Amino acid sequence: MTPRTMLDKLWDSHEILTREDGASLLWVDRHFVHEGSHHAFAKIAERGMKVRHPELTFGVADHYVPTHGTAASPDIARMIRTLSENTARHGIELFGVGDPRQGIVHVSGPEQGVTLPGLLIVCGDSHTATHGALGAYSFGIGATEVAHVLATQTIWQNKPRRMRLAVEGELAPGVGAKDIALNWISLLGADGARGHAIEYTGSAVRGLSVEGRLTLCNLSIEGGARSGMVPPDEVTLAWIKGRPYAPSGAQWARACDSFLALAPDAGAEYDREATLDAAEIAPIVTWGTSPEEALPITGRVPDPARARTEAEAKRISDSLDYMGLKPGQSLTDTQVDQIFIGSCTNGRIEDLRSAAAVLRGRKAVVPGLISPGSAQIKQQAEAEGLDKIFTEAGLEWVDSGCSMCVGMNGDLVAAGKRCASTTNRNFRGRQGKGARTHLMSPAMAAAAAVTGHLTDARPLLEGRL
Amino acid sequence: MTGWTRIEGRATALPVENIDTDQLIPARFMSTPRSEGYGDFLLYDMRHGDDGQPDPEFALNRPEAKGARILITRRNFGAGSSREAAVYALVDAGIQVVIAPSFGDIFSSNAINNGLLPARLDAEVVEVLLAACAVDLTVDLESLMITGPGVSFAFELDPVWRQKLINGWDDIDLTLAHADEIAAFAEDRKERAPWVWPAPVQG
Ligand code: SF4
Repeated sequence: MTPRTMLDKLWDSHEILTREDGASLLWVDRHFVHEGSHHAFAKIAERGMKVRHPELTFGVADHYVPTHGTAASPDIARMIRTLSENTARHGIELFGVGDPRQGIVHVSGPEQGVTLPGLLIVCGDSHTATHGALGAYSFGIGATEVAHVLATQTIWQNKPRRMRLAVEGELAPGVGAKDIALNWISLLGADGARGHAIEYTGSAVRGLSVEGRLTLCNLSIEGGARSGMVPPDEVTLAWIKGRPYAPSGAQWARACDSFLALAPDAGAEYDREATLDAAEIAPIVTWGTSPEEALPITGRVPDPARARTEAEAKRISDSLDYMGLKPGQSLTDTQVDQIFIGSCTNGRIEDLRSAAAVLRGRKAVVPGLISPGSAQIKQQAEAEGLDKIFTEAGLEWVDSGCSMCVGMNGDLVAAGKRCASTTNRNFRGRQGKGARTHLMSPAMAAAAAVTGHLTDARPLLEGRL
Repeated sequence: MTGWTRIEGRATALPVENIDTDQLIPARFMSTPRSEGYGDFLLYDMRHGDDGQPDPEFALNRPEAKGARILITRRNFGAGSSREAAVYALVDAGIQVVIAPSFGDIFSSNAINNGLLPARLDAEVVEVLLAACAVDLTVDLESLMITGPGVSFAFELDPVWRQKLINGWDDIDLTLAHADEIAAFAEDRKERAPWVWPAPVQG
């Protein structure tokens, strides 16, 4: 048999049939819905259809969830209520507001063991690639496709091209998964992996914890890939074992064999390969309005006058304009107004620990919000005393949700204000109309809080890691 | 959704790279039911000045953009979120074709599901078209050609997507025709990987 990649194996085990024109009908093992799925529920209601497999569908309240107690507006409250009504009507399990399992869908799913290796997982959210960190084939879909999955538990897809992205060697202290991701996106472009499913590999990826792998896979979409995945190994198994919805008892051993068999065969061929040297990766921040506009913190903002094409020059000058930056200025000369630590990219316990390592015994000179990725992480952080470190530094410790990543719940950055943020999108207006977002790791956002400007976190971490 | 094979219409230029879904429709409009129409939300923050008034200088607000059915723009259009509302905003504003060197993948599938064509052309060709705007173009799905006064270019489109645009297929009906195969597959899946069906958790 021809050696198969991980994508090949996942694809083969979910392909029900292939149409004449080449499209495949795939079986969906897990479907996550959230408040934004209202369009899709409306579509199936219009046709008088039921959810085909409610037992394989999970609802999570996250995008509009209040982080400060009560919903900021009646519209926001209605979005949360609509999700509860839709899931109740169709018999779908909901991790809703106030439930100890609530959190951001890409944090709660893995945490509860709802996400498992070998599953095909979809959700009406582009960061669904996150679940690939555990060895699932997962990708984001739009509302029409969500309605289709609700009605049939299947999805039509064209097979993506296979891409292998290896990160070899050892990461320097203070450098993590977020830096790997922004690094490759800045090198290949925000559309660099378009049409591909990425298999992350190499010693630096194997050396990442599951939390780090989740961050890495989460950002796949920012480089244009719809999905990213890491082959399951002993680290994966140890992380999953004992989680509420994970297999147990006699089934566990059988499941483990099947999980480990997902690793690509020796000699499997890829349509595209790229390799990064881990030792060369420095802490990185974005300076512009696309995740590809990122540079090591030691760098300087680019100059449109030195661009290769007119289109590129226009893009750079538009971005600098929006961001209020001068060509050639040092990144570290950039003052920030506030910070945000959280989101499905960097709201996990390790992220909070790394921010706390910088903040311990220090004071923030700008305001900031820290929102854990799930209610369970909130509890764990509090048990470890991290919340005290944050509040003593002068930062706000709030409930879990998407919060300032997208501002749907009312947690917004004001127009013209600059935010050092651990989220995944520095798009114009993402954190609020006119808001200026710099993406970075949790340690770097914490460092910016302490100094009031974009800052290399490494000196602040010395002796603390 | 009704299918189409040929569109003739006014093309308008938006010479900007990386127009992402958050710009196509800012998040604050997304709780609106579709029946209310999304056209006014399209590129809302780009189209309006700080005072909330439409910016007369912005490409889509200029008189020559009126009634445009084709939008020509630069690379990485529609990157970002899976929000199908970004496509609703374009379609409800009357746009049926977007021409660019590259598109966000999820945006493209959403577009096809709503009868909107994401037509991919090389960056150099896109620059030629941008320079010629506003211009009347014909987009043909049979020949995969875009033609205008004195110009004619072939564009790329996945054959599956082409068929879907032409036929205006509704996937749900198409899929339900395979109900037996799907049910058999589900049984087999249950046998091979029983953990896919999670046991109810004891609370
Ligand atoms: S945290 Fe941000 S990126 Fe993640 S699911 Fe929520 S809105 Fe999307």
